[in-house]
Amino acid sequence: MHVPDGFIDLPVSAATGAVAAVAVAVSLRGARRELGGGPGEGLGGERAAPLAGLVAAFIFAAQMLNFPVAAGTSGHLLGGALAAILVGPYTGVLCVSVVLLMQGVLFADGGLTALGVNITDMAVVAVPVAYVVFRGLVKMLPRGRGAVTAASFVAALVSVPAAAVAFTGLYALGGTTDVEIGKVFAAMVGVHVLIGIGEAVITALTVGAVMAVRPDLVYGARDLRAPLRLASATAGAPAPAGAPVPAGATAVPAARRQAQDNQDNKEASA
Amino acid sequence: MSATNATDTTNPSNATDTTAETQAAGAPKVSVKWLWITGLLAALLLAGGLSYYASASPDGLEKVAADHGIDEKAEDHAAKDSPLADYQTKDVGNPRLSGGIAGVIGVGATLAVGTGVFWAVRRRTLAGAGTAQAPTGGEG
Repeated sequence: MHVPDGFIDLPVSAATGAVAAVAVAVSLRGARRELGGGPGEGLGGERAAPLAGLVAAFIFAAQMLNFPVAAGTSGHLLGGALAAILVGPYTGVLCVSVVLLMQGVLFADGGLTALGVNITDMAVVAVPVAYVVFRGLVKMLPRGRGAVTAASFVAALVSVPAAAVAFTGLYALGGTTDVEIGKVFAAMVGVHVLIGIGEAVITALTVGAVMAVRPDLVYGARDLRAPLRLASATAGAPAPAGAPVPAGATAVPAARRQAQDNQDNKEASA
Repeated sequence: MSATNATDTTNPSNATDTTAETQAAGAPKVSVKWLWITGLLAALLLAGGLSYYASASPDGLEKVAADHGIDEKAEDHAAKDSPLADYQTKDVGNPRLSGGIAGVIGVGATLAVGTGVFWAVRRRTLAGAGTAQAPTGGEG
């Protein structure tokens, strides 16, 4: 869905470029939390940057694989849903933006004046749409790996027509040709629902594969570890998570003391 | 004696240990390094090899644009003569090799730029986190 130069006029391209620039700046801030910080926060650790870089490279590679969707038409992965689920929405916007930048500069794919349009459609719109759908479904569905994969499928499926709608909106504002907007909308959404099915299959397979070996590295599903924490909290003592730790004491000995107290209580009552 | 063991396995301090949690969830464990290398090999295989078999038909937007005349004022890409334009390597005759080399270069370049950006974001985070908070042992 890479828009070339000349589809959208220069004023709207420039304005959309400004929107994309602000979104990237916001994402650079938001990605700090997703990529770094303390234990249990985002990907964390030294591995965060190489893993997020790999997600960008993988999306670039997968985008080269156009699959047929209808007579004489093909589609390829956009990657917004995949990035959002694996590394988080802010980092995901950056991943897709890096891919689009490389494609525009090195491979003459997607116009340079249209870079803002492309980042807006495929990163700024598709990534948050996918992430909101994904998180909504994960909360609704029963917990488990299958639910994460299913939610990935639907999120990816929805994200592609969402990007097509965004393009249609920009075309309505600043299209260089005079085509009836209803026709553009119907044609764009129609073909991109089909492409969305391919996007959904690739996204679900990839997220499913990572869930199978390292579920802790799937950003969008990181709270699936919570049941274990709850189980230990109810079986033992309530964990003092987030509570200010008194000077001279660390969290772990405090927790151990509480567990010890709990055990003493049990023994006393037995 | 058995009571002590049971208490130990449900100790809340385990919740801070990602490794213990992952194992407790019964997930097969592979190292981050293994996952990274496997992912990179998959990307290189897709871009360097399988991309040759990709559909050459116009994509959804190109098709809609051509069908409805949206592309009447389309302009040539400013980088259309770049050595990697259209995912082909200039002066490499063999189409399989030409596309494969372009794909591998693209994966390498995207990996390098992406990792660089995220590394810089993380560095800034760590630099700014010195005064932010002490570890709480809970989830952030």
